Amino acid sequence: MAFDKVELKDIEVWDGNFAASQAMRQCQIDVVAAYPITPSTPIVEGYGNMKANNLIEGEFVMVESEHAAMSGCIGAAAAGGRVATATSSQGFALMVETLYQASGMRLPIVLNVVNRALAAPLNVNGDHSDMYLGRDSGWIQLDAYCPQDAYDMNFIAFKVAEDHDVRLPCMVHQDGFMTSHTAQGVHTLDDDTAYGFVGEFKPMNDMLDFEHPVTHGVQTEEDWHFEHKARQHNDLMTKVLPKIQAAFDDFEKISGRKYNIVEKYDMEDADVAVVCMGTSVETAREVAGEMREKGIKAGVVGLRVVRPFPFFEIAEALKEVKAIAALDRSSPNGAPGMLFNEIAGCLINTPANPMLSGFVYGLGGRDLTKKHLVEIYTQLQANVDAGKLTTPQQQFIGVRGPKLSFL
Amino acid sequence: MLEIRWHSRAGQGAVTGAKGLADVISTTGKHVQAFAFYGSAKRGAAMTAYNRVNDEVIMNHEKYMEPDYVFVIDPALVYTTDVTINAKENTIFIITTHMSTEELVASQPKLEGKTVYTVDCIKIAQETIGRAIPNTPMLGAFMKISEMYDIEFFKESMKRILAKLPQKIVDANMLAIQRAYDEVK
Repeated sequence: MAFDKVELKDIEVWDGNFAASQAMRQCQIDVVAAYPITPSTPIVEGYGNMKANNLIEGEFVMVESEHAAMSGCIGAAAAGGRVATATSSQGFALMVETLYQASGMRLPIVLNVVNRALAAPLNVNGDHSDMYLGRDSGWIQLDAYCPQDAYDMNFIAFKVAEDHDVRLPCMVHQDGFMTSHTAQGVHTLDDDTAYGFVGEFKPMNDMLDFEHPVTHGVQTEEDWHFEHKARQHNDLMTKVLPKIQAAFDDFEKISGRKYNIVEKYDMEDADVAVVCMGTSVETAREVAGEMREKGIKAGVVGLRVVRPFPFFEIAEALKEVKAIAALDRSSPNGAPGMLFNEIAGCLINTPANPMLSGFVYGLGGRDLTKKHLVEIYTQLQANVDAGKLTTPQQQFIGVRGPKLSFL
Repeated sequence: MLEIRWHSRAGQGAVTGAKGLADVISTTGKHVQAFAFYGSAKRGAAMTAYNRVNDEVIMNHEKYMEPDYVFVIDPALVYTTDVTINAKENTIFIITTHMSTEELVASQPKLEGKTVYTVDCIKIAQETIGRAIPNTPMLGAFMKISEMYDIEFFKESMKRILAKLPQKIVDANMLAIQRAYDEVK
């Protein structure tokens, strides 16, 4: 079936959801199986609209749950096609069982995750609870800070996931509402350039290749299970980051936009740094600039790749920093935050000996204001001046009631 | 940085209005941001939408805003919500009401001493578009007060944004924008 191309303006005013829909259209996906959930609904709604208007050739399968959506994606990917879907929060949680199937079967599915809080209490707004829930699932996880990133990261995701040396599924994360429903200028690629970047889908071990029969979804007990899991971890640890870097380099050539595995802003001479993800990175960049005007050498480190965790790149970015704030937008529920732990892990066996503070913020969409960030930087500088941590290692910010701090 | 806060009821088109305004401004080379507070609001619930406009890329994603302009597109929200919250000394209020500015300020003391303009976007929308969708008229009033763009340029830009609607509706919106531009006081 023929389909029509779309003429885009160089800059479109899109929210993160529509940016993802458009990128999916341009990648010419064979199968999208989806079940809508706030705030990711407009991704599949927009995609379905384009399908109905003959702008998409592939199949669009409406299913009865997110578990079925990812199951459909797994079947289609095993059959041998380019596959993607989108979800959030409770839907993501329902998908979790199948997420491990997708990565274990080495199926290069792209999943747009519009980050949202997890119930209870029910909440449709943005935090990183669902992203954190997925971090041991064996998927690659890319993080967008704004609608432009949400558009661009979709192309990177297909390019890396489908590489025959990688063959792992990939999530593209964007902040619920703060990116997904926030319209901003997005620099577009024309349809041919975009498709040319991701390239034609090249199947591998596809079930529809009857000349070369393969088995998918096997059972392996103690005789082989460990070897499969070890190879998957090996490929995540050794192969994925170089492929992502290569994809970023190629993408810069066609778009002029430069992405890095770890994004560093004002870090050359930074004494104090905030490490965070999502829209918070951009807000923190603005505040870091304002802190520098006040004489505090402030910087920002943003994770562009959450999994595989960029262990050495983070250590390198932070090696000269005196005081670090790790900002986690997910309740650790009885532990230090994920970023606190990961950063501590990558610095512990190095000569660097910075002061590290963990902050839990923004749960259920609670606003992270510039004022909060000024307070964090001020506190980090106070630690530097005192030569020691002046606060507990874990603090909650932006929550009502008496100040909460632990550890 | 120019910052605008919209007070609306879900379903009255504040989000569409904010995104439409962002779209028009973007074509002139400026950077824009348009967003809203949603939650699980149902039609009729009070809600707010926001615009940011700047010469540089907008990196601030905080929801907190001290607006330069406040648009109120439902008359009752002046009494049931605090439309003056986080306002600056020079914040300009454009409020939908059937009353005169003096009557409105007398009825809501919080507006005393503020720069307030009034226009009946509900009535204008009903008489032109045939439905109480007060978002496009508010933008007409904003063009008059802010002198941001020539009204003809703005209407041409809005025609492109509304292009998917039937011609009759597009024409009615143009009329509504022009009337609010002419009638705001």
